[in-house]
Amino acid sequence: MSATGIGASVRRKEDLRFLTGRGNYTDDINRPGQTHAYILRSPHAHAKINAIDISAAQAAPGVIAIFTGKDMAADALGGLPCGWQIHSRDGSPMKEPGHPALVVDRVRHVGDQVAVVIAESLGQAKDAAELIEVDYAPLPAIAHPGKALAGAAPQVWDEAPGNLCYDWIIGDEAEVDAVLKGAHHVTRIELTNNRLIPNAMEPRAAVGEYDRSTGDYTLYTTSQNPHVIRLLMGAFVLHIPEHRLRVVAPDVGGGFGSKIYHYAEEAIVTWASAKINRPIKWTAERSESFMTDAHGRDHVTTAQLAMDKDGKFLAFKVDTIANMGAYLSTFAPCVPTYLYATLLAGVYKTPKIFANVRAVFTHTVPVDAYRGAGRPEATYLVERIVSQAAREMGLDQAELRRRNFIKREEFPYQTPVALVYDSGDPAGCLDKALKLADYAGFEARRKEAAARGKYRGIGFSTYVEACGIAPSAVVGSLGARAGLYECGQVRVHPTGSVTVFTGTHSHGQGHETTFAQLVSDKLGIPIENVDVVHGDTAKVPFGMGTYGSRSLAVGGVAIDRAMDKVIAKAKKIAAHLLEAAEADIVFENGEFSVAGTDRKKAFGEISLAAYVPHNYPITELEPGLEETAFFDPLNFSYPGGAHLCEVEIDPDTGVTEVVKFTAVDDFGRVINPMIVEGQVHGGLAQGIGQALLEACVYDEDGQLITGSFMDYTMPRADNLPNFSLDTHNVPAPDNPLGVKGCGEVGAIGSPPAVINAIIDALSPLGITAISMPATPPKVWQAIRSARPSVAAE
Amino acid sequence: MYNFEYNRPASLDDALKALSSGEEVKLMAGGQTLIPTLKQRLAQPSKVVDLSGIAELKGITVEGNAVVIGAMTTHATVAASAEVKAKIPALANLAHGIGDPQVRNRGTLGGSISNNDPAADYPAALMALGATVHTNKRQLAAEDFFAGMFTTALEEDEILTKVSFPVPEKAAYAKFAQPASRYALVGVFVAKTSGGVRVAVTGAGEDGVFRVSDFEAALSKNFAASALDGITVPADGLNTDIHGAADYRAHLIGVMAKRAVQAAG
Repeated sequence: MSATGIGASVRRKEDLRFLTGRGNYTDDINRPGQTHAYILRSPHAHAKINAIDISAAQAAPGVIAIFTGKDMAADALGGLPCGWQIHSRDGSPMKEPGHPALVVDRVRHVGDQVAVVIAESLGQAKDAAELIEVDYAPLPAIAHPGKALAGAAPQVWDEAPGNLCYDWIIGDEAEVDAVLKGAHHVTRIELTNNRLIPNAMEPRAAVGEYDRSTGDYTLYTTSQNPHVIRLLMGAFVLHIPEHRLRVVAPDVGGGFGSKIYHYAEEAIVTWASAKINRPIKWTAERSESFMTDAHGRDHVTTAQLAMDKDGKFLAFKVDTIANMGAYLSTFAPCVPTYLYATLLAGVYKTPKIFANVRAVFTHTVPVDAYRGAGRPEATYLVERIVSQAAREMGLDQAELRRRNFIKREEFPYQTPVALVYDSGDPAGCLDKALKLADYAGFEARRKEAAARGKYRGIGFSTYVEACGIAPSAVVGSLGARAGLYECGQVRVHPTGSVTVFTGTHSHGQGHETTFAQLVSDKLGIPIENVDVVHGDTAKVPFGMGTYGSRSLAVGGVAIDRAMDKVIAKAKKIAAHLLEAAEADIVFENGEFSVAGTDRKKAFGEISLAAYVPHNYPITELEPGLEETAFFDPLNFSYPGGAHLCEVEIDPDTGVTEVVKFTAVDDFGRVINPMIVEGQVHGGLAQGIGQALLEACVYDEDGQLITGSFMDYTMPRADNLPNFSLDTHNVPAPDNPLGVKGCGEVGAIGSPPAVINAIIDALSPLGITAISMPATPPKVWQAIRSARPSVAAE
Repeated sequence: MYNFEYNRPASLDDALKALSSGEEVKLMAGGQTLIPTLKQRLAQPSKVVDLSGIAELKGITVEGNAVVIGAMTTHATVAASAEVKAKIPALANLAHGIGDPQVRNRGTLGGSISNNDPAADYPAALMALGATVHTNKRQLAAEDFFAGMFTTALEEDEILTKVSFPVPEKAAYAKFAQPASRYALVGVFVAKTSGGVRVAVTGAGEDGVFRVSDFEAALSKNFAASALDGITVPADGLNTDIHGAADYRAHLIGVMAKRAVQAAG
């Protein structure tokens, strides 16, 4: 292994600019003649707009233009499109209401876009916005997904009766019901997967610019996938062909899914920049981020797990209501279906699974993929019910799991819910985690904690997830309206340095380092000689972006394939220069040599010959050394692992402290262990945050109660323990690089481990459930209800 | 933020002149509440008078059996003060637990108590220690100064100058932080003074800081956590929000009071 090749913990190349304040984010971009946009938003969760009077605002100082939904409609613009179509069990397509960038006559969530004010300064735009008079007729609203289907619930859309977007199933219900009926034991659970607000450090922003001399549009935006935005906004909303629309996603300060989607503000500033013939900047304030970034999770689920007398799982039945919010965001419909129900087998050999997912509209901001997207919801459900089953069956948590695990030698494994896991070793991960966590010593730690007046518990989560999305043919058959391959381009410069162009996008993941390591390793050149370019449709040929832990598993392979092409061509050049047969050329450590001889050419000599082709096989080979590859995977990527959480609960206050957290994960082949560990840390922080701290709360009227950091609890360093991490890597046979995704596992595996630990700690009191987030008052109330005397002391 | 006139006087007299200039004037101490309020366009003063240039409002002195702290003294200064740490360590600890380093470096004692946020920490210290609030016009006992949520006895033409804290025999502050804001969900300051034990609670009450006479009576007889066993605080008049219902806050008052007594030693 070289110091900068695969497997080395190379320091992140990008950190110098980030840590010294030299990053270049969308809000740092200022274009000549730039104006500022302020979006007037709905204060109501649901209201009819009788009239909008902009006359006073138009006369305010500095105002250049004010547009409403009627202006956009007059230009025959499209609505924000949804990228995935789900069909209900009766074969009908999901209800897909329009999503105009600016509403016309009705607002459907707090924060919905009503008008845009464009002025010379942001202050002037805000001043003018206060002069806009909107005549609202407020209407009843519904915010809670569990109540949206009730007959009397306020209706979000006329075209979606009962607020039902779709009623989707997977599996054979009658078969599963029959097993449940005759089973030795059935464990039942009801749970909620709490709604989360992503809160990337950098708020969303967009700068739109139109060049009247060429007809070209440019959008600078905080996106995880600029090519996808170009496609969605250009083809569906603004009707601008690709060659007239450049989308740049420069440095982006975190996304976690929330910056995948095409948002209204992007379309508004791009469209309006041509209307006023000046560039327009919009940057979200934090309060706007809270009320307009797509939220995550928000499921209400009941489930039943059937077992035989030995605890062998026989069948699993799931009923889930998933909140879509008021409109369908880009990926929203696939999250609670194909990214959720297909994971319900978990790491177990449950032979029969049935799931019914009903997606509902509510008067809330759209809900879409958020770090993990569907897989955390599935993992939380499976690992909660499995832990409950172990308690009910009187079996050790590890033992029940081992009896049902898919064994290492049983991979590839066809689950009853569509996926074929290519590899894994659940038992190996668990064994290693149990050792690392000193499971054998747990009871002693529990006793020691009890002596200090604390309840200590340990929680298990053994998970697998499907990422590295995805095989285009598979997702296409499941309703995706786009392919999910990736593009990589490798440009070798005359002196042998390399620029890599990738269609993925780095917004914290460290691609500029990891991908450079792939190149340094394979081409045998110093990592300093490799630069990675991403985030600009004018530079990168094409791409589908970064989400679903796909960048390395899909985008990395595309780069690898492009390098294969570079090496193949370079071998031909070397053969010519070395006067040898191409078949005799060996490429090793950055040198092309003739097998069995000491004749060789350095990589830089070959690249120079390619660009200065004085002595060159010009009749057979083009000059230059630059190759592009597209890679479409044959399967998903299946990282997995075992997370063990230990908590201590203070019965006086209900405070839960995570005192120990052990994670042993299977990432296949690891390129940069330090970056992978960092990804796990971040994911665990978000997962523990979901379990203990984070909750998006709308009140009954659809007002957002947790609209700022004063009320929405983000995880902080002092909420987290030092993590005990290790890996148990089984190379992925279905991935050409052998790699698996790592970006989301922390957020997927950890929440059930935390909640199971709390339930374990409180189980001596007879407590069998606690919901997320397990806040101090909730835990205290549970203790008080279970044992009034304890809490009253 | 709306436009306003900004004024930074160098003396208390100049500040008083600016304050009485008849317009919608706002005094700014550390700005930790005012600036966010202005940025959210929730206030529209015509003039902001920044008190940070007035040297006579800053500083910490020991006068007889009292620690006297200027209104414009920052939380960080109080937290690090050798005098405060020596005489009333509980007060230094309280200041150290406010907000984060940025807040502590800007926020001031005077700003905090003039704002009288019901979840602020300092009001509990003033009430429990029996502090005296000094203004340009008069002196007020803490009980007479705090007048309900975000309300004080300060008049329109009055500027708070300093607070005098009598040195207690023992004292401690125990805070249960609201997890998101980390303001006090319940904060209890317990002080054993020559005149008896005083217990003040912040964060929990609908009307801001208040004293718990049952606790004071029990602790005056026996300054031990066990003295509070079986004494409960009614939930009536306590706040309920997404971070805790009134009954939870009532319970926490007892828990934090015991912890404060234990910490006071």
